Amino acid sequence: MAISPELLLNAIVAGLLLGGFYVAVTVGVSVSFGILDIVNIAHPAFIILGSYIAYIVNTRLGVDPIVVAFVMLPVFYALGAAVYEVYYQSFERRGQEALRGLAFFFGLLFITEVALILVFGVDYRYVQAGYIGPTWRIGFVDFPLRMLVPCVISLLMMGALQMFLSRSFTGRAIMAVAQDQQALRLMAVNPIRIKRIAFAISIATASLAGAFLIVIQPVEPSVGREYIGRVFAICVLGGLGSMPGTVIAAMLLGIVESITSTFYGPSWSPAVAFGLLLLTLAFRPAGLLGR
Amino acid sequence: MTALLEVSALSKRFGGFVALDGIDFAIAPGERVGLIGPNGSGKSTLVNCISGILHNETGTVRFDGKAMDGLSAHERTRLGMARSFQLPRPFVTLTIADNLRVPLLYTVHARAGARLSPRQLDERCGELLGLVGLADKARHWPRDLTQVEMRKLELARAMAAEPKLLIADESMAGLSHSEVDDILALLITLNERGVTVILIEHIMRAVMRFSQRIAVLVSGKKIADGLPDDVIRDPEVERAYLGQ
Amino acid sequence: MRLSTFVLIAIAVAAVVFGVSRGIQNDYVFFAGYVVLNYIVLATAWNILGGYCGYVNFGSAAFFALGAYSTVALHKLWPMPIPMLILIGGIVSGIVGLGMGYLTLRLRGAFFAIATLAMAVVLQTLIINWDYVGGSRGAYIIRPQNLEIAGFQLPYVQYLFALMLALTVAAVAVARAIERSSLGYGFATIRDDELAAEACGVPTLKLKLIATALSGAFMGMSGAPFPYYIGYLEPSSAFGLQYAVNSIAMPMIGGTTSWIGPLIGAVLLGSLQQIATVTISSAVNLLIVGVLLVAFVIIAPNGIVGLVQERRRARGPR
Repeated sequence: MAISPELLLNAIVAGLLLGGFYVAVTVGVSVSFGILDIVNIAHPAFIILGSYIAYIVNTRLGVDPIVVAFVMLPVFYALGAAVYEVYYQSFERRGQEALRGLAFFFGLLFITEVALILVFGVDYRYVQAGYIGPTWRIGFVDFPLRMLVPCVISLLMMGALQMFLSRSFTGRAIMAVAQDQQALRLMAVNPIRIKRIAFAISIATASLAGAFLIVIQPVEPSVGREYIGRVFAICVLGGLGSMPGTVIAAMLLGIVESITSTFYGPSWSPAVAFGLLLLTLAFRPAGLLGR
Repeated sequence: MTALLEVSALSKRFGGFVALDGIDFAIAPGERVGLIGPNGSGKSTLVNCISGILHNETGTVRFDGKAMDGLSAHERTRLGMARSFQLPRPFVTLTIADNLRVPLLYTVHARAGARLSPRQLDERCGELLGLVGLADKARHWPRDLTQVEMRKLELARAMAAEPKLLIADESMAGLSHSEVDDILALLITLNERGVTVILIEHIMRAVMRFSQRIAVLVSGKKIADGLPDDVIRDPEVERAYLGQ
Repeated sequence: MRLSTFVLIAIAVAAVVFGVSRGIQNDYVFFAGYVVLNYIVLATAWNILGGYCGYVNFGSAAFFALGAYSTVALHKLWPMPIPMLILIGGIVSGIVGLGMGYLTLRLRGAFFAIATLAMAVVLQTLIINWDYVGGSRGAYIIRPQNLEIAGFQLPYVQYLFALMLALTVAAVAVARAIERSSLGYGFATIRDDELAAEACGVPTLKLKLIATALSGAFMGMSGAPFPYYIGYLEPSSAFGLQYAVNSIAMPMIGGTTSWIGPLIGAVLLGSLQQIATVTISSAVNLLIVGVLLVAFVIIAPNGIVGLVQERRRARGPR
């Protein structure tokens, strides 16, 4: 098989754009799993929820899906806070996270998917927006706008989050709560409140990620499950708790998936992430930039 | 006489933080050694490296003449090394008696030529419980125990593995005067039966009474190792740990 | 009660169930009963790793499908009696479980759980792309009308039902045997405190691998006869959502600490779902199971068995 340089370069560029999108999808789990040590496998469910909300408002009122997502940020934030409260009271406080906490999130993932099937059916849903369709061309390289716009906004969001975590008091408290809850208490900061804020932020990012998702590809309820492997593969590969690591790993995965898809067909994409996850766990569980 | 436990040039880092820096430490069979030092000096890290829960980057641990490199914690326990945990870690869904049954089944029972019948297992459980004064709580659950009783269970569980070396990690913290004496008596009895004991403690009274030799760890380095009376008079030890 | 006595009683119960089912002159009993028995095996198998060891497996559907697709693959190569297929399905699933366990069980339980979730998706992708077993179009397995046994014609679905009964007895017997053995104590310590377990001499990795292999094997065994039962196997039915959620919900609702829990959970939930499928849609059915799972996990973490035990303790010593 002759590998033309144009095809390869396009695959890489597509992979980078995809990677940017994957950053948005993963950043929530980087916070909840990487920093708070909460194995929220239901995160893709919240993303899909975001996708469907964007779909409804876009179809009924014609509002741009990404705008919808921004408007929904406070709602998702509140949802995240509520979910954390239940998780904390029922499991974290009693030390039951390992088995029951996991089962709880699995239940949420499952309920969301089935509820969406009941309400929307299994048909693929699309959104309409000005940037879905046109493609910028620079030389022989394509930049589909429906990939470029989410990628750019996603990286901006990541930058904003990283600044929040490293500059603001709450942000640094969040980074601290992962390391030493006792020290936080001595500083008169309630670690539970900090964790709730962090978890709420992680769910809020799902709102945006959901909008990006339905802009990039048509969505149906079971799409969420494909992303679990990707999300945790990126988290682990990037090193738990490292935001820059998440970006690098997301780009890497995006490129590998894009090349595989271009040269071997798109149906192998889920396998790529999983293979990467297994390899990382087997050989370098601390990830590329892990703590 | 060859050392039972020999630690050479052992170092352990956590990221950029050096927890242990080139520790040399040897213990003869039957010795009673105390290990003291301020909080965070690396005592528990040292125990974790010796017992195999953590892997040291450099240096070696030799036990009973064998190198411990690459051996997992359970393999080291089977070879005769036992430790109790600083914060008791009982098996909460098992009864007190069953907590002791586990090391009996998996350590003693597993050693070549030492298979125990069910009745012998029960008897040994009972014996150990009696030794630590928990015989009447055999069918209770760990959550029903007081702090003292949990520490006794922790020690009993380490003893159940019939070790050659027992590392007691702060088993007396928070206990009353008489309770400390109880535990001390227990450890001395064990030692008289031939078990080598490393006592890690902050309670100087107990350490002085118990130890034939004391080692002092400060910020990951061993700064003293000798007879108890010499060590407590060492100016560096006074400065770093005992206070003027 | 000794194990041998238990097994004899279990076989006797199974024989009674079979006899009664034949007495009810309605084939539906066998079709529905097969599904419930299948769930008992899945729930019991899941519980060996999940309830006893504390390691959550989200990919039960994958192990089940491996068994089913082993049957399909072999059926084309050379047909063989179902008991052989069950054995092979078990071996295949057991080995896959072992392999995945070896890669992930040295790390935290959370990583194993995530890996099982991802594995289910990947396996489905692989099967969809594998034309030899029908890919996404599916594969047909013609179920014979009857099984000739000792000159007697047994309707094939009753034969499948009987096989599943036997498998159920085996699974429950193995679960109970583990509980009372030193293996059971080892599993419990892994669940309670893995570090302390290692310090007590428990070879945690080896035991976890045993649990994973056993659990996966039984799930695969339960999947092996499935193509014959259903006649037409396609990936979405083999990897169906109902297997993933039920194999977790049934033990967690029934109770995870003993072999009785998964049995109760499977019989209750399984029968309820069979009854409900005729009246409400299967999606609503599954939604209810999901809600029950979350509710029980929050409110009654020790399941029905736990609730019964608490009642007994509250009533005080007789």
